[in-house]
Amino acid sequence: MRKIDLETITENIREMILEAACVLEENVWEKIREAIKKEESPLGRNVLEKINENAELAKIKNMPLCQDTGMAIVFLEIGSEVIFQGDLEEAVNEGVRRAYAQGYLRKSVVRHPLERTNTGDNTPAVLHTKIVPGDKIKISLATKGAGSENVSFVKILSPGEGEDGIKKTVLEAVLSAGGKPCPPLVIGVGIGGTLEKAALLAKEALLRDIEDEAEHPLDRKLEKELLEAINKTGIGPMGFGGIVSALAVKVNSYPCHIASLPVAVNFQCHAARHRSRVI
Amino acid sequence: MKKIKLPFTESEILDLKSGEGLLLSGVIYTARDAAHKRMLEDLERGNPLPFQLEDSVIYYVGPTPAKPGEAIGSAGPTTSQRMDRYAMVLMELGAKISIGKGDRSLEFREKLKECRGLYLSAIGGAGALISQSIKTCELIAYPELGPEAVYRLEVEDFPAIVAYDLWGGDIFASGRLLYRK
Repeated sequence: MRKIDLETITENIREMILEAACVLEENVWEKIREAIKKEESPLGRNVLEKINENAELAKIKNMPLCQDTGMAIVFLEIGSEVIFQGDLEEAVNEGVRRAYAQGYLRKSVVRHPLERTNTGDNTPAVLHTKIVPGDKIKISLATKGAGSENVSFVKILSPGEGEDGIKKTVLEAVLSAGGKPCPPLVIGVGIGGTLEKAALLAKEALLRDIEDEAEHPLDRKLEKELLEAINKTGIGPMGFGGIVSALAVKVNSYPCHIASLPVAVNFQCHAARHRSRVI
Repeated sequence: MKKIKLPFTESEILDLKSGEGLLLSGVIYTARDAAHKRMLEDLERGNPLPFQLEDSVIYYVGPTPAKPGEAIGSAGPTTSQRMDRYAMVLMELGAKISIGKGDRSLEFREKLKECRGLYLSAIGGAGALISQSIKTCELIAYPELGPEAVYRLEVEDFPAIVAYDLWGGDIFASGRLLYRK
């Protein structure tokens, strides 16, 4: 057994949020630089150049890339040989609290969806935990803004709708979202599972390295074909028109019931703020 | 990029075309979801509004807190469409120019035409860069709303694109059409 102090988790989360808010992930940044060379629209290119400039400035000045510093979504994969004492959820929230105060990040969480008083410290986080073999803890987190989250959804298709149904669902969503979720986008697609599992798959898909490919050949095919189709829509950077509407499509799948074909689409804006660490 | 000294003149509004890049200097006011809701409630109760709507420019933003020595934190635009229901009322009272991001409802566009207004888009997710053009930031109403309060901003060369112009020009529709394959 390995004992891990909850303060270690708190401090790691604090550091990861602070870094994610101000420093664009290197692989995403590289995709932005590539996109500047690829983009045919002069206005689109100008937008991409500004996005690149923004990332440079944010890094130098240690300033949030985007004013929407999001709600903290934290995934913990906890090794079954790890023990800790105390309140894990509170340890995570304390990390969030410290980061949002120290980093001058925006507090964007309201206590009740209808009553809407700001909690003042950006807590609570949305926490997902999973017990896995081993004696480590993997922390992955996203501080995700609402612009891209607001156009995300889950839909349960009929199995007969198949691959074409999934493509149609994703493309319609991208077209209807237009410039709202801050393209160029990363699109997380979850297929299979159940209502909640599909949503989780889509979110987990966004946590993958932007450069990797899905393991299953069918998912890989979908990733490639959807990316091509999305970049033919003409939406372009910020929706002003262009050929770079998405930087990547990530598909995660899971077994599902004989009667259903759940599909979830989770949009990620170009200011992709994710971090992951193993402790 | 065309330099504009705020407020916009009637002839500037007439001349601008969707897709044109602007650098705005002068005063703009921030308001997003909660502030819009409050302004409409104040209107209903006959209370004075935080700023004069006539000739105003409203920027849909909820900035991050300013670090010591800075005027403001990151301050990029939020999605405009959520404000459409409120903007329909405010436009009739003279607030006919707004800055945000993304396209808007058909109803909003009809009203914008009727009120002879403009809709500008800033670059979403470029909050650090945009903050550099904001010289002062003064809290003027609804402090309890925190990042959603109303702030008066003095801006210098604030970058924005004309999204909807007076002549039905729509950069989201025309841009998409041009690059659709």
